[in-house]
Amino acid sequence: MAATALEIEQNPKFQELVATRKKLGWTLSLVMLAIYFGFILLVAFNKAFLGTPISPNGVTTIGIPIGLGVIVSAFVLTGFYVVRANARYDELNRQIVEESK
Amino acid sequence: MSRFKSLILAAALAALSSSAYADAIAGKVEKQETNLTAIAMFAIFVLFTLGITYWAAKRTKSAAQFYTAGGGITGFQNGLAIAGDYMSAASFLGISGLVYLNGYDGLIYSVGWLVGWPIVTFLIAEPLRNLGKFTFADVASFRFSQTPIRILAACGTLVTVAFYLIAQMVGAGALIQLLFGLPYMYAVIGVGALMIVYVTFGGMVATTWVQIIKACLLLAGASFMAFMVLSAYGFSPAALFAKAVEVHPKHLAIMEPGTLISDPISAISLGLALMFGTAGLPHILMRFFTVADAKAARKSVFYATGFIGYFYILTFIIGFGAIVMVSTNPMFLSDAAKGLAGIRGGSNMAAIHLADAVGGDVFLGFISAVAFATILAVVSGLTLAGASAISHDLYATVVKGGKANEQDEIRVSKIATVVLGVIAVILGIIFEKQNVAFMVGLAFSIAASCNFPVLLMSMMWRGMTTRGAVIGGFLGLISALVGVIFSPAVWEATMGYPKGSAMFQISNPALFSMAIAFAGIWLFSKLDTSARGAQDRAGFDAQYVRSQTGIGAAGASAH
Repeated sequence: MAATALEIEQNPKFQELVATRKKLGWTLSLVMLAIYFGFILLVAFNKAFLGTPISPNGVTTIGIPIGLGVIVSAFVLTGFYVVRANARYDELNRQIVEESK
Repeated sequence: MSRFKSLILAAALAALSSSAYADAIAGKVEKQETNLTAIAMFAIFVLFTLGITYWAAKRTKSAAQFYTAGGGITGFQNGLAIAGDYMSAASFLGISGLVYLNGYDGLIYSVGWLVGWPIVTFLIAEPLRNLGKFTFADVASFRFSQTPIRILAACGTLVTVAFYLIAQMVGAGALIQLLFGLPYMYAVIGVGALMIVYVTFGGMVATTWVQIIKACLLLAGASFMAFMVLSAYGFSPAALFAKAVEVHPKHLAIMEPGTLISDPISAISLGLALMFGTAGLPHILMRFFTVADAKAARKSVFYATGFIGYFYILTFIIGFGAIVMVSTNPMFLSDAAKGLAGIRGGSNMAAIHLADAVGGDVFLGFISAVAFATILAVVSGLTLAGASAISHDLYATVVKGGKANEQDEIRVSKIATVVLGVIAVILGIIFEKQNVAFMVGLAFSIAASCNFPVLLMSMMWRGMTTRGAVIGGFLGLISALVGVIFSPAVWEATMGYPKGSAMFQISNPALFSMAIAFAGIWLFSKLDTSARGAQDRAGFDAQYVRSQTGIGAAGASAH
């Protein structure tokens, strides 16, 4: 007899899976939001800072590595989540599915 | 090899073109030499993809095959296909054109387009795959009254798709006008016709493979262009930037944020639209149902984020490459006196001219063909999403109450594809003069204000009810639409009303329309004391368990 939804929700493993995954997902989402809107607020309120040259003689501004850094951070955060999910959540999920049959 | 071709061709083109194009004839004639290469390469692409469509058509018998390729796409393939769906002509031509005109501002846009992907990975991809079958409305309506939510989701889908399609069609028309010397209208009609063929005969299988092939070609071509630009400056970005600052009329201003984002409210609003719009694009959400399970869905976003991020870095280099190599070469300017702004075909053509500058005629032909293929791949995905909303959400669920015959449903989606194709062509012609990147921004604000709030709340919040979702969703949709129509871009630039007469002097309404949608969903769900509302809330547990574990989820379909 397959377990009902309410029974599965009672499973400590389900509660662990959901709690840890939710925490990680929202934390990383907030990190991404903070990075991106930090960048946008810099654009809106402090254009001059982004326009500061990195070296006195060059034209490359600090805005260039910051902008590219936001792009790279998106990839890194996504990768971090996927690695964690592959390592921890899939196995936990498999056990829950197994126990619910 | 001469670029200047015979007067006969010029006369023939002049006869073909309406008087409106007369002043651009000189430019087009110069292009005759490369036309043959471009046409040949594009013909190869079209023939190859039509071959795939033929192969796909034989496999596309069931609704699952038509909508989601039977769930048989791998995570890596889907990552490429998502990237192929997302790296639109607006991204490639529009952003490199923005960088060409304004420098740093183009980077701000591309950053915004990328940062939605992590959010999709963290919050949307896995539960979406676990709950859905063919369209995101399957998920949004999971525990709710079907008819109202399906109608809402279909409206959100169709409006988003319409705006996105306009941008793609405009890009297609402008591109082919320049490359093939064909009138804008013929180009748009050609794109519409090919897209109808791919989608009606090949469904999701053909659409996916068109997107995968196009993503590979585009990434390879853009990589080559960025490589050539950097190699000309000893692989020193600093040297490239220094030269760009020297030759660009705005000089140092291109290295910092400029006028694109002029006030904080617009900046935040645009940021919200780009970030959460990604998580509400129906053609992107639909792609998650083409993989076998939640794990593959998660992986596919990771690959897609990598490909798309890499691509945006390339477009930034390409834009700067165009500043130093295109704006300084009279060959690429229709009005040399205007300098950089006098670029032939407008700023959207910066990347195309750069291809000529770094790789000569053959590479120009290749990039032109790829850019055209890009448009085809994206419009196919969009049209399929729009047609699915009509056939799966409106016809099968609303009209037939979920009891539609599968073959009838597929037939309706094919008819819908043809109708959408025709509408897209007409809209493409109406909106000829709009900046394509900007139009996509508008599509995002609608996706962020209707589709995304309803989808997210349906998966996360037990308290949401049918009534709350429908009222909140429509409030978001309408406020986004009103905000767009009465924005300077549409009211003043498109409809021709005087400058400053637009009701909302903000380029993007997402900040307000998203807030209205979420507040509406919350308020009207809280106020909902109906029996249906109680039933909606009671359904949350079953939905939650399935969304988290995949128990009961639609797997890779049987054949």
